[in-house]
Amino acid sequence: MKDKKQLVVSAIKDGTVIDHIPANDLFKVISILGLDHIDNYITFGTNLESKKLGKKAIIKISYVFFRNEDINKIALVAPDAKLNVIKDYKVVEKKVVEVPDEIIGIARCVNPMCITNKENVTTKFQVVNKKTVSLECHYCEKITDKANLVIIKG
Amino acid sequence: MKSKSLVSISDYTKEEYLKILNLAAEFEANPVQEILKGFVVATLFFEPSTRTRLSFESAVNRLGGRILGFSDAGTTSSTKGETLRDTILTVSNYADLIVMRHPVEGGARFASEISPVPIVNAGDGANQHPSQTLLDLYSIRKTQGRLDNLNIFMIGDLKYGRTVHSLLQALSHFNTTFYFISPDELKMPDEYKMFLDNLGLKYYEYKEFTDIVDKADIIYMTRVQKERFSDPIEYEKTKNAYVLRANMLENTKPKMKVLHPLPRVNEIHLDVDDHESAYYFEQAQNGVYTRQAIISSILGVK
Ligand SMILES: [Zn+2]
Repeated sequence: MKDKKQLVVSAIKDGTVIDHIPANDLFKVISILGLDHIDNYITFGTNLESKKLGKKAIIKISYVFFRNEDINKIALVAPDAKLNVIKDYKVVEKKVVEVPDEIIGIARCVNPMCITNKENVTTKFQVVNKKTVSLECHYCEKITDKANLVIIKG
Repeated sequence: MKSKSLVSISDYTKEEYLKILNLAAEFEANPVQEILKGFVVATLFFEPSTRTRLSFESAVNRLGGRILGFSDAGTTSSTKGETLRDTILTVSNYADLIVMRHPVEGGARFASEISPVPIVNAGDGANQHPSQTLLDLYSIRKTQGRLDNLNIFMIGDLKYGRTVHSLLQALSHFNTTFYFISPDELKMPDEYKMFLDNLGLKYYEYKEFTDIVDKADIIYMTRVQKERFSDPIEYEKTKNAYVLRANMLENTKPKMKVLHPLPRVNEIHLDVDDHESAYYFEQAQNGVYTRQAIISSILGVK
């Protein structure tokens, strides 16, 4: 299994590997982390088999190391994601993502009548349920849940 | 109380509710005082709500304050495309406090974050209308002599009814037992029932109330609006079950009162108006005292 993965997505020398991303949410993760705006060498594989997720995706980014508060943003769509920090082809640190208490920006409020959808106001949510990823809008107080989560393009 | 905006009923603690209610009682005993002399209050009504606006303006006028503002967006620059942000940043130069009603939900919260003067939310779309909730609490305490351990009946549209949701949140501090009476399509949303479950508060759900009405300390009526029903036939079949008539009130507790946020359409029959339990017009009167309490407390003159 491990060898197969190596074939699909080649190893990196220094950087970060993000594994266990639900395949359907790969592009959301790319968008949240702003990977579509950087010049670093990035490889990704998707629709890989996973016992836990069915189909998973993996991203390898050279020479990028994330701060915890940044990486936790992807917990909205990929709560099971695991990070390996790679230095000289070796895993020097493993990280798991944690759903933060508060989400600023990133997600859109589901309520079309919300001020954040009417004027230029940054969205802000309290995470009221970390397991189900249920977000309460700081402004309109409506709940946005995972099923209707829309990521704001970076 | 420190000077701060009142946007949502959850901005206030139980102690702050009680402070406002006690102040409102003072204003009821002595409604005309010159304590707001020199203060200017702006009433910005981006959508019309004559009743609420008049209540706030009466409250300020009776305390000697001055009012400026507008009563619907047609008379303001927002029809010319001005943002809420710009309107608030401009008007905050002219007033010591802004009372605002805006059709966009969360508009008042946003305004309170950018405004240098306090904001009182007089309704933001279907979201919050905290002065209504405080005047409801005042009316309940005044008629029952207490807020604790009451049986509160909420009848009608419990799904979209903003007033009942805020009132539920506020009453959750007072060990209330709730009776939710509504058609299936307009039941109290699960999130509010979960909120009560988490606090260990009791609630019961019924489709009609004639057999249980003797338990009520307060009957809080709301409008059942036709447009809320996906099936018009369902509306026709159910609408009469949620109209209160005087003959339904024969076995009620002697102190029981009927409240309604007004305006009513047909959900309280005219024959209830003459019944001793009808309280909705006094409730509106209490709104002025409650708003006097809110404004003078926020401006720090009480
Ligand atoms: Zn919102």
